[in-house]
Amino acid sequence: MKAGTHALLRPSLLVLALVLALLPLAMPNNYVIDVAVRIALAAVAAIGLNLLMGFAGQISIGHAAFVAIGAYGSGIVTVRFGWPPLAAIGGAALGAAVVAWLIAKPILRLKGHSLTMATLGLGVIVNIVLINEVDWTGGPDGMPVPPLVIGGFAFAKVLHWYTLAAVLLWLSVLLSLNLYESPGGRALRGLNGSEVAARVMGVDVARFKVRAFVLSAVFAAVSGSLTAHYLGFISPSLAAFAHSVELATMVVLGGMASTFGAVLGAALLTALPQLLGGLHGYEMVFFGLVLMLTMMFLPKGLVPSIALKLRRKA
Amino acid sequence: MADLMQFVFSGLTTGAIYALAALGFSLIYNASGVINFAQGDFLMLGAMITAAMLGANLPYGLAIAGGVLATVAAGLLLYRLAIKPAGEASVVSLIIITIGASIFIQGVVQIVLGKNQQTLPPFSGDASLSVLGAYVLPQSLWVLGTAAVLVALCFAFFRFTMIGKAMLAVAANALAARAVGIPTSRVLQLSFGLSALLGAVAGVVAAPITTTVYDIGLMLGMKGFVAATLGGLGSAGGAVVGGLIVGLLEALMAGYVSSAYKDAVPFVLIVFILLVMPHGLFGAKTSERV
Repeated sequence: MKAGTHALLRPSLLVLALVLALLPLAMPNNYVIDVAVRIALAAVAAIGLNLLMGFAGQISIGHAAFVAIGAYGSGIVTVRFGWPPLAAIGGAALGAAVVAWLIAKPILRLKGHSLTMATLGLGVIVNIVLINEVDWTGGPDGMPVPPLVIGGFAFAKVLHWYTLAAVLLWLSVLLSLNLYESPGGRALRGLNGSEVAARVMGVDVARFKVRAFVLSAVFAAVSGSLTAHYLGFISPSLAAFAHSVELATMVVLGGMASTFGAVLGAALLTALPQLLGGLHGYEMVFFGLVLMLTMMFLPKGLVPSIALKLRRKA
Repeated sequence: MADLMQFVFSGLTTGAIYALAALGFSLIYNASGVINFAQGDFLMLGAMITAAMLGANLPYGLAIAGGVLATVAAGLLLYRLAIKPAGEASVVSLIIITIGASIFIQGVVQIVLGKNQQTLPPFSGDASLSVLGAYVLPQSLWVLGTAAVLVALCFAFFRFTMIGKAMLAVAANALAARAVGIPTSRVLQLSFGLSALLGAVAGVVAAPITTTVYDIGLMLGMKGFVAATLGGLGSAGGAVVGGLIVGLLEALMAGYVSSAYKDAVPFVLIVFILLVMPHGLFGAKTSERV
């Protein structure tokens, strides 16, 4: 796998670019494009979370906290301080990075269930803050976010948004794949396998874990910022446990340690409810089942399992 | 002073609830090394089903029995259908499976029993007693008393019964336990059933005070975990002390600082504890099972 993957990188990126470019031709109406935009934005957050869960092996079920920090960061500085959206997105991403960096050191010294529980705590705390700081966040009712205008160009049509989200998704995949192959990515995968072994090989485990955490927070925040501008409205449910679990489910279903797995997971979990005509209160049952069944029957997730099947046939 | 006593009593009451949730964590962890993220949902399930049966005009005692039995069944099923088939799965897989189970249980309850808050009537009236200048609900005494009894039973179970000792043996070394003829799978199944039992009883006793709702298990479970960690995972006495400390800190935070942010206390606490003393107050210093 190690030798083959690098050569495979370029074709897979080309194929992704082609698919993303041609997809609008196959999309019959704005509703379908809207779903595609949501998928792409969710996929960016999932790719980021995969850096942490898949590469570094650190489960987070509080990752929606960073999506919310991105969304509310953008919302607050545009609405209350009149920042232009692009600066707001950058500022929110930076803010999320700083928050992640500050809490990474203590939180990442925890392992297994303790870390999982601590990330959950992070989500809970952010959720509490969003609900209680009414003057800043609008409290439980949420707050409006102005539309996206970059350099005088207003993203008014859903196809504009598709273009933006597709480019962002492609860049995220590129970045993630390159990280996977970079020395840092190897180090992360090494510590996923055995932290002790990685440390013996001279990997600065703590530093790489912190980097993965900060980077995954930035992905989540950018996704959150754009989602906020796209929807035009945000509420504390962005930071809710259910949303964190949804993100983790995307990564687990698609396949931990697989960038395309995160994209597939995001696509399936965003599109399926739409195809089924909405889950109408069955979301939790659905996500819970997906999580359990994936771990029981496809512990590697969809993309790695399919890849293995194909390789065996070949 | 009266204020302080009031906070202390309400802290001890919620602390006793956390202690019971923590006991459930410890029980399963002791037997299997698994942290069951659905532990809090057992508390919710017991209380919600009891409330539903009361709503169907069953007598209180029967409703409680039904709620507890149904929860035990859920615990056994969780092991049978999800944990056992996963076999020798990694810790990460098991964590994800129990998180999935937690969401699944919440989803089913939300659909079948609804999203509304339910409350149970207090066991023995709601005329509050005056203790050292503080008002104490009789139900608080039920919670504290039940916690004390269950903790004592847990102690006795592990110390004096063969099954309890078998459980400890499985936890220490499953292979060796199997070699001496302990049916490991049945022991593990029992640990899930028992922790569901503990959870359900805790949930039912607490519900008249806390009320219950489909997603309350998340908070209860997490605080139970913090309590168990603080006390030292796997230690029954530690679970109790941990629970009471978490409950007290939370009540003092709510009373003197901010009630909005009281729920943040346990989470800050857990990161702090695990950094300063990774084995908790009473945890074994030698066993590293991460």
